[in-house]
Amino acid sequence: MGKLPAIIGTLPMMIVAIGVFVIGIAFTVVLSFTNTKFFLINIDFVGMRQYDILWSTPRWLQSVANIWLYGFGHIGLCVVLGFLLAVAMDQRIRGEDTFRTIFLYPFALSAVITGLVWQLMLDPIWGLQAYVRSLGFADFTFAPLANGSTALYGMIIASTWNGVGVTMAILLAGLRGVDEEIWKAAKIDGIPTWRTYISIVIPMMRGATATALVLLVVNTVRTFDIVIAMTGGGPGISTQMPATYVIDSINARNVAQGTAGATVMLLPIAALILLQAFFRWRAARIKARAV
Amino acid sequence: MKLIMSATALLAAALLGGTSVRAADVEVVHWWTSGGEQAAVSVFANEFDATGDKWIDGAIALGETARATVMQRALGGDPPDASQFNPGRQYEELIAAGLLLDLTPLAESEGWADFVRPAQIAEPCLIDGKWWCVPVNIHMQNWAWASVAAFQKAGLEVPTTWDDYLGALPKLQEAGVIPFAVGGDGGGWQISLLANQLILAQLGAETVEKIWKDKDLELAGGADVLKAFQTLKGLGEYADDGSPNRSWADTTSLVIQGEAALQVMGDWAQGEFQVAGQKPGVDYACLLGPLVAEPKYVRTGGDIFVFFKQNDPEVERAQLSLASLMVNPRTQALFNTAKGSAPIRDDVDMSLANDCMKAAIDVLKQDGSVVPDANQWRNEAFTTAQNAIFSDLIYNDATTPEAAQAQFVELLRNAE
Repeated sequence: MGKLPAIIGTLPMMIVAIGVFVIGIAFTVVLSFTNTKFFLINIDFVGMRQYDILWSTPRWLQSVANIWLYGFGHIGLCVVLGFLLAVAMDQRIRGEDTFRTIFLYPFALSAVITGLVWQLMLDPIWGLQAYVRSLGFADFTFAPLANGSTALYGMIIASTWNGVGVTMAILLAGLRGVDEEIWKAAKIDGIPTWRTYISIVIPMMRGATATALVLLVVNTVRTFDIVIAMTGGGPGISTQMPATYVIDSINARNVAQGTAGATVMLLPIAALILLQAFFRWRAARIKARAV
Repeated sequence: MKLIMSATALLAAALLGGTSVRAADVEVVHWWTSGGEQAAVSVFANEFDATGDKWIDGAIALGETARATVMQRALGGDPPDASQFNPGRQYEELIAAGLLLDLTPLAESEGWADFVRPAQIAEPCLIDGKWWCVPVNIHMQNWAWASVAAFQKAGLEVPTTWDDYLGALPKLQEAGVIPFAVGGDGGGWQISLLANQLILAQLGAETVEKIWKDKDLELAGGADVLKAFQTLKGLGEYADDGSPNRSWADTTSLVIQGEAALQVMGDWAQGEFQVAGQKPGVDYACLLGPLVAEPKYVRTGGDIFVFFKQNDPEVERAQLSLASLMVNPRTQALFNTAKGSAPIRDDVDMSLANDCMKAAIDVLKQDGSVVPDANQWRNEAFTTAQNAIFSDLIYNDATTPEAAQAQFVELLRNAE
């Protein structure tokens, strides 16, 4: 009887989890084996055909390559710059609160606004390039979005500007969590500051780093709005992402193809969940043996 | 008693009012948002409002976005009353799903089949003897628009053939104008349009249909088509840095201002020149073909409207009234003059149309001159993928014409 309130309390969440996630995902996977166009009429099962088409479509292959490059670039930059900023903030500087607000502020803007602002700044006709040229440097060239081979880097700059503040805040919290005594002990032993950071403090910040990484990875996989706002996937297909491919396919009334893409997007996440479950199970077994 | 009397009187008045005023709102979704297009769509809106019903404007920028929105609303059970599409296969699922209002009785009583010409314009709406949509215009896509001032700046005459133009590209660049104006928004439909005209120019009207209609892979993978891909790649090198995500109208305005020399775009671009107050032959040149000395064929597309079933007799009456209004000669003349397109019937006073349009209408009247665009044969999923291939070719330095052609053949092989 005592469990009833708990059940009632979790019911909405269970309905959402089962209704939206389980049924929604099941629908997506099933539709990906059909020839569904848009409305649920005249549907035939076609086996793996949608996947064959998917992996022979240049735009999808480009999207997959893009998200790896974008992911490594964006996450790497956020972690490195975020850590450096956090260390700088940790020097007990004056006006720390002000700086923290300034660095965190971009995150309050949606990816669409971020994308539009940076699109204008990187635009060859109105942006930074035109401004510097107007100062007299006629040969100055900085318009990454105009070129297919550099557009993705332009997008990494914008998304890093947007996300680095949060990484900084999380890592700063991690730094503050390190015991003052450790710093004192390292000082007495004559260990240089940079060495203390790398060999002692960073390993102690594992929790904060993991939190920051998880947030960044989730942000990367769902990359969609910044692409739409900055480049529309262009020039050509050079900044397309899996998510834009899925949405465009569905909008072009090729739902089955879109769901095939969505199912493939689900795989790495499913693999991570299974891996995590496996490690948990193994840890539990080791614990059980030890007893 | 008195109360019942007055209540009856009120009810009667309401009933009378209901039958005499007869007004309904009709929500129309379309993607006509540029200056010239707005001038055209307000013809429909004003003419329709004058009948007593009300045009509720649902403009959504970019065709791809507008169509996706309409489809999502239809799937969700809340479609607009009417919606624009391009003639062809964009609305085939709507017909199959039974969501559209059958316009056959209206079309038969007004004799649409007799006055809509040429027959290729009626075909996308008249399917198995039933009218499912209203063709409102004929757009000709195989045009190039050139700025006279831009060519003068480079000391050149406006070219009349592709060879002249391709030869002029370096000189235009030296003179500081953008030699070739193109935009890459919406996944690259402008580039597909250009590529389709280049392939048409390469193959001619008789053979070009075999690619999109019959999926002739050998022809699509052949040397003639490769030449069109190579020309496209070459033109891409003369596009400006602002090109990748630019709309067609912004691109046209570069030509209007004389900053760019030439743009390949459908005749809807004409509306922009008109709004800017420019004169053909003086400020700009219109080159049908595109860039063919004696053009013999027109690549036709256009716009149609479908009407969604609404289960409300009053709305249905207003929908049919709008459908009828869209094809009447007066609306056709006003609308098409503003839009830069050709009317769907012959008995229309086109005295207001300019020389460009009159020349095109003459070509249109010739037998065998009409080449419907790829939308007629292939669905939107194909179009989206085709856009990606062509825009990748033009904007990605590493993509060769040969590689893009191989992708194009593969796409055709899988096309449904």
